[in-house]
Amino acid sequence: MTTNGWEPVVGLEIHVHLKTRTKMFCRCELAYGAPENSRTCPVCLAHPGTLPVPNRAAIEATIKLGLALGCRIAPRALFHRKHYFYPDLPKGYQISQYDVPLCSDGRFAVPAPGGDREIEIVRAHLEEDAAKTVHVGGESGRIGGAAHSNVDFNRGGTPLVEIVTRPDLHSPEDARAFLQLLRQTIVELGISDAEMEKGTLRADANISVRRAGERALRTRTELKNMNSFSFIARGIEAEVARQVAVWESGGEVTQQTFDYDAATGKLRPHRTKEEAEDYRYLPEPDLVPVEPPAELVERLRAEVPELPSSRVRLLMDAHGRSYESALFIGRLPFADLFREMIKAGWHADDAEHALMNTFSAIDVRPELENLAELYRVYAVRHELPRPVVIEATSASSRAGFSAEPYLAQRAVADLSELDPVIDRILAANEPQVAQYRAGKEGLLGFFVGQVMRETQGKASPQVVNERLREKLKS
Amino acid sequence: MIDTLRLTGEEAMGLVERREISGAELHRAYLDAIDERDGELHAYLRTVDESEGDGVPIAIKDVITTKGVETTAGSRILEGYVPLFDATVTTRCKDAGLPILGKTNTDEFAMGSSTENSAFGPTRNPWDPRRVPGGSGGGSAAAVAAGLAPWALGSDTGGSVKQPAALTGTVGLRPTYGTVSRYGVVAFASSLDQVGPVTKTVRDCALLYRILAGRDPCDSTTVDLPEPVQIPEAEDLRGLRVGVPREMNEAEGIEPGVADAVARAIELCAELGAEVGECELPRSVEYGLPCYYLVAPAEASSNLARYDGVRYGFRAGGATLRELQERTRDAGFGDEPKRRIMLGTYALSAGYYEAFYGQAQKVRTVIAREHAAAFERFDVLVSPTSPTVAFELGARTANPLAMYLSDLLTIPSCMAGLPGLSIPCGLSEGLPVGLQLIGAQFAENTLFRAGHALERALGFDYVPPRLALAA
Ligand SMILES: [Zn+2]
Repeated sequence: MTTNGWEPVVGLEIHVHLKTRTKMFCRCELAYGAPENSRTCPVCLAHPGTLPVPNRAAIEATIKLGLALGCRIAPRALFHRKHYFYPDLPKGYQISQYDVPLCSDGRFAVPAPGGDREIEIVRAHLEEDAAKTVHVGGESGRIGGAAHSNVDFNRGGTPLVEIVTRPDLHSPEDARAFLQLLRQTIVELGISDAEMEKGTLRADANISVRRAGERALRTRTELKNMNSFSFIARGIEAEVARQVAVWESGGEVTQQTFDYDAATGKLRPHRTKEEAEDYRYLPEPDLVPVEPPAELVERLRAEVPELPSSRVRLLMDAHGRSYESALFIGRLPFADLFREMIKAGWHADDAEHALMNTFSAIDVRPELENLAELYRVYAVRHELPRPVVIEATSASSRAGFSAEPYLAQRAVADLSELDPVIDRILAANEPQVAQYRAGKEGLLGFFVGQVMRETQGKASPQVVNERLREKLKS
Repeated sequence: MIDTLRLTGEEAMGLVERREISGAELHRAYLDAIDERDGELHAYLRTVDESEGDGVPIAIKDVITTKGVETTAGSRILEGYVPLFDATVTTRCKDAGLPILGKTNTDEFAMGSSTENSAFGPTRNPWDPRRVPGGSGGGSAAAVAAGLAPWALGSDTGGSVKQPAALTGTVGLRPTYGTVSRYGVVAFASSLDQVGPVTKTVRDCALLYRILAGRDPCDSTTVDLPEPVQIPEAEDLRGLRVGVPREMNEAEGIEPGVADAVARAIELCAELGAEVGECELPRSVEYGLPCYYLVAPAEASSNLARYDGVRYGFRAGGATLRELQERTRDAGFGDEPKRRIMLGTYALSAGYYEAFYGQAQKVRTVIAREHAAAFERFDVLVSPTSPTVAFELGARTANPLAMYLSDLLTIPSCMAGLPGLSIPCGLSEGLPVGLQLIGAQFAENTLFRAGHALERALGFDYVPPRLALAA
């Protein structure tokens, strides 16, 4: 995407909470919504003399993710200490990975209409999350002006994977599409809930712009704290627009961090720490290097299921679905059902409609043997009242389903039956007809309602609508 | 009447096993001795009147965590901190039936070579109270030397078990890195810290090491011992190859009296049947100390970051969080931790890491290789433990570099992760001289064997004469 000859250059940094039973370096159980500070021990409170013991399940989950992202798995990965003073970091350092992460040099393909977009994955490393600081009093929960701060250490030490992409994304939509597919992949790997609302998936964006054709990268800014996919897309869009305006007015973009305020759609400078950061990385002397044996890596590779990207690609290429729909249908177990529906003779549009609007809404899975019969209902769904379609769908989850009783309730779409009713109603409501013609088009619903009542709900709303509009026009 | 000045851990175990005395009586006897003599020495920061176990009691250096018993690491910043858990070594002692006698004095966060850096006042040497007992584990060493504990636990980063043992006429072992758990040991320099026994005899040392050593699931850096600990019996050194590293025996600053006592011990090795030969460790001795003073402060600056007054221990007030942290650390830490935090912070700073910490780690590999090469020819390397005998209180406090040189000979093998044993090998000016025996990785059994045979042949009397006279 280019705007006025400017190309956005975006890289993402994604944090994912792993769904392990216990924390990264101690045996406290992970629990969302547990009473404050009820999931703590001397290790995660950094009592003197305590030592970290790495969580094997977290290491395996990270390797699995790395394999799904096509990464190289380090034969000897290191943990480092990253230092900074903040009350949510009880040791005064975070155990993270630095120069030798568990996973590096990956590639993640996002299917797109014109062929896959390849996003390079720089690294995926494992670390521990910080605790949660809640600033009480003062303005908008920020530290400045707060009366006091409470720290909840339940979250402290949660295993966290950080995924870093190269700046290979060139539009807000690309970024959103990448994140959506990445999230789906993580969920299907079973390693995390990856829910942005719960904070188990967080994403930051590095953004710069350059003239179309320019090779070098210009100064980038960072965008933090966006808690939904749409906010990320909107945040990037806003920041790109801001940078373009700065360059075009002859100014210079400076390195800076912003928060995206979803309520106002505005960018707000991120709280700056008092001093320039020097994390003083130190190889963690309390831990030995992580050396995943080749057999373990192979076992994990075998455990990686078919990835959503291949399903999405097939749905787009072979079945003409849009990316958004393909992402939805491509979810397990929808993808299998979609395949069966096509096999049973469904048109792809109808299958998509059924999956997205009915099956998921009422959480029903039709029996495969009933699919062909059910399609007889869906093929004429415009002529059936929605409750009837839903009833038929429910019934199709039982053996011996027949479409007949539902088809019998087909809506009246026959004009020879409908026209007299419509004419009668228009004649009986002349003042409203005059008002409508004078521009009060909202009255259409009033007429539709009258017709539906007269036909005891059997008329096809679509046909009635069309017919009424036509007649009222003249 | 129990003669705590003379009673060894092993003898005490015998008394308890034969029911000639109960564990409680033994405990009482040591508490009485502490009442009598510790006013002058200040080996203990606090005693424990009653503790689990009915075996031979033990004194524990105050950097080692004890559940329910205040643990300060000799620092104001941990004043009032009562641990919720036991260090693994504490648990192992309790499991072996050893009750805790008390917590012994230490240089603040084990940073020092004289125990004068303790925030709670110095410990004095039982051989001469005007002199220091060495450090950082001066409290444990003085307690054992003065009969205030049959045995004790110390911790060694660059010589904190071996050097005080040398200065107090006791036996001290720094085990191979990774054989004894560090879980619950207040961290100073994680890649160097090791807990070790301080005892009156080499056999006691082996008995205690057998209790302490072994893999601990709570410490990822621990390993299983390749062979069980053997309590030494042999009184000769036949078949043992003893190497004498030239640089470590001829280093500048070794007092003549120390050199003489060590030379006599080396002659004795040959008389006991050992093959004695000279060897060289040039780079280990030249670079060991400077390298240590990059690695240890760097790790210390990181390990001490957690003391911020937020969760436990001492807290100075403050209007803001930053002020609270700064004031707590300013008032809570003494000069030596502050000095090392600054050195270490600098060494880890962006742009300096490679030149300092990174380079020091490479030099460490060189030191390890140089030692490994020596151990292809020898089973044990010998040298003085400390270049000098116990020095007077205050003699080196004004000059940190002079203090750092106290560990010149103990540091190189620590940097290589190797075990070292210090045994008393004679007197110089009426004060004990320590002989350092360095072994290959996991060669504790060899050290015990050599140390035991030498100890028998030397016949050193570990009771300080002034205390023997008083008794
Ligand atoms: Zn915990």
